[in-house]
Amino acid sequence: MSSITVDGKEYGVDEEGYLADLSTWVPGIADVMAAQDDLTLTDEHWDIINFLREYYEEYQIAPAIRVLTKAIGKKLGKEKGNSKYLYELFPYGPAKQACRYAGLPKPTGCV
Amino acid sequence: MGDMSEGGTTKKFLYLNRKASYGTVYALESLEVVLIAAAFEQDVSLAFIDDGVYQIIKGQDTKGIGMKNFSPTFNALGDYDINKLYVEKESLDERGLTEDDLMPLVYEDEDDDWAEKPSIKIVNRAEMADLMQDQDVILSF
Repeated sequence: MSSITVDGKEYGVDEEGYLADLSTWVPGIADVMAAQDDLTLTDEHWDIINFLREYYEEYQIAPAIRVLTKAIGKKLGKEKGNSKYLYELFPYGPAKQACRYAGLPKPTGCV
Repeated sequence: MGDMSEGGTTKKFLYLNRKASYGTVYALESLEVVLIAAAFEQDVSLAFIDDGVYQIIKGQDTKGIGMKNFSPTFNALGDYDINKLYVEKESLDERGLTEDDLMPLVYEDEDDDWAEKPSIKIVNRAEMADLMQDQDVILSF
């Protein structure tokens, strides 16, 4: 299994880069994963990452993109509840990329 | 046959859940298929009969069997526009259960100012048969 190193500690990831054990997640993991994608996380990124973690905590799944955009629009305002906004933040696909940073499994239904 | 809509035909899909949550993989597989297939925006209903009614019982605790408790995921179905969950009354009766033993699953009605409405409907065996008769596709788990 591959791993990433955050603050001197190693975390296992699967072949697609998703954290192997989501209970070990720390925010630094998201920063390191983002840096590997040449991305610096802003408060706007963290809004989405934190939302995904809360959603997973409540429902035990990562939401589909359609569900994510609707829920973000409701929570953070209409101007953010659309895929254009989310793709600007997470160019590799908001559901996949943001879930990976959040330490969640790949969203159900994402291939 | 269903209505024509943008990109194709909408069909009536019924996912029939007959088994309890954790003894076999059927319940979890069914739920995953439902969530994946929700992307195709079909007319989806779920039915719970026989031991399938145990899937949506409230207060599930899986610590003792070392498996993930996936029952909270049923609460997400409303977000996926899946809000027709039919539970057979006879199956509840036979197991000494009532509607009060089930999770209070709800959805937000977009056409009614996002009012929260119950997703679960208790039907008797004859109504369940009619419901099945009315479908284009039935997937049994």
